[in-house]
Amino acid sequence: MSTYPYIVLSVALFIIGAVGILTRRNAIFMLLSIEIMLNAGNLAFVAFSRLHGNLTGQIVALFVMTVAAAEVAVGLAIIVLLYRSRGTLRVDEANLLKW
Amino acid sequence: METLAFYFFGTCILLLSIFVIISRHPAYAVLYLLASMFCLAGLYVLLGAYFVATLQIVLYAGAVLVMFLFVVMLLSLREEGYTKGRKLQRSVGVVVSAFLFIGIVAGLRSAFVGGTSSGPVSKMVGSITDIGELLFTKYLFPFEVTSLLILAAMIGAIVIAKQKMGEGAR
Repeated sequence: MSTYPYIVLSVALFIIGAVGILTRRNAIFMLLSIEIMLNAGNLAFVAFSRLHGNLTGQIVALFVMTVAAAEVAVGLAIIVLLYRSRGTLRVDEANLLKW
Repeated sequence: METLAFYFFGTCILLLSIFVIISRHPAYAVLYLLASMFCLAGLYVLLGAYFVATLQIVLYAGAVLVMFLFVVMLLSLREEGYTKGRKLQRSVGVVVSAFLFIGIVAGLRSAFVGGTSSGPVSKMVGSITDIGELLFTKYLFPFEVTSLLILAAMIGAIVIAKQKMGEGAR
């Protein structure tokens, strides 16, 4: 089986994540959409790794997973702080740099 | 057989991801994303990346999404659907993304058809021995930098989440 369908699936997944970011205003949903987009990138990396017979793509996928975990830790801490100070998670209402 | 499995997992992933971005309650969205991660691990197994599939389940389903669930339950969020007056933003976002999808797929198609890269797929297996060998020789420096990144993220999360306990809490 060719790797072309895998790449198309990865692009579709990335677009779904982009639509989520563009349409939702809730911070948790935006973070989940970022996760979807990162996974789409991972799928493309692994598919190209098999296409070229080179293991580097899988190693980059491992690094992307690590960076995603770190990003989620910081992002969730910011979300908790936002909810504590505003009582909501809508990003439109967080419009001040300093409270 | 592989084609059948690919279409099964691919359909599941697309449907579950769409459910993630249109669901109303964050807890349901996290659970849909969890199921989607399991299907993605199945795709990695189909691609021969066994170690990446294992890490996908252990790291994403086991750690990241459980952290999401903790935060969602900690904050006791209400159901929050699409807000009013956002129709223009929603439709423009969907249309722009659809154009982006068509553009990328068209570019990919010309690249796959024009180049020599659409040849037979090599038999390559991402076993843990090969990946570990490469990770600790050629990619040793990025690997160590990753540990620094995780340390920075851990300290940052703690500092952000525990500041102004007394004054900012409502």
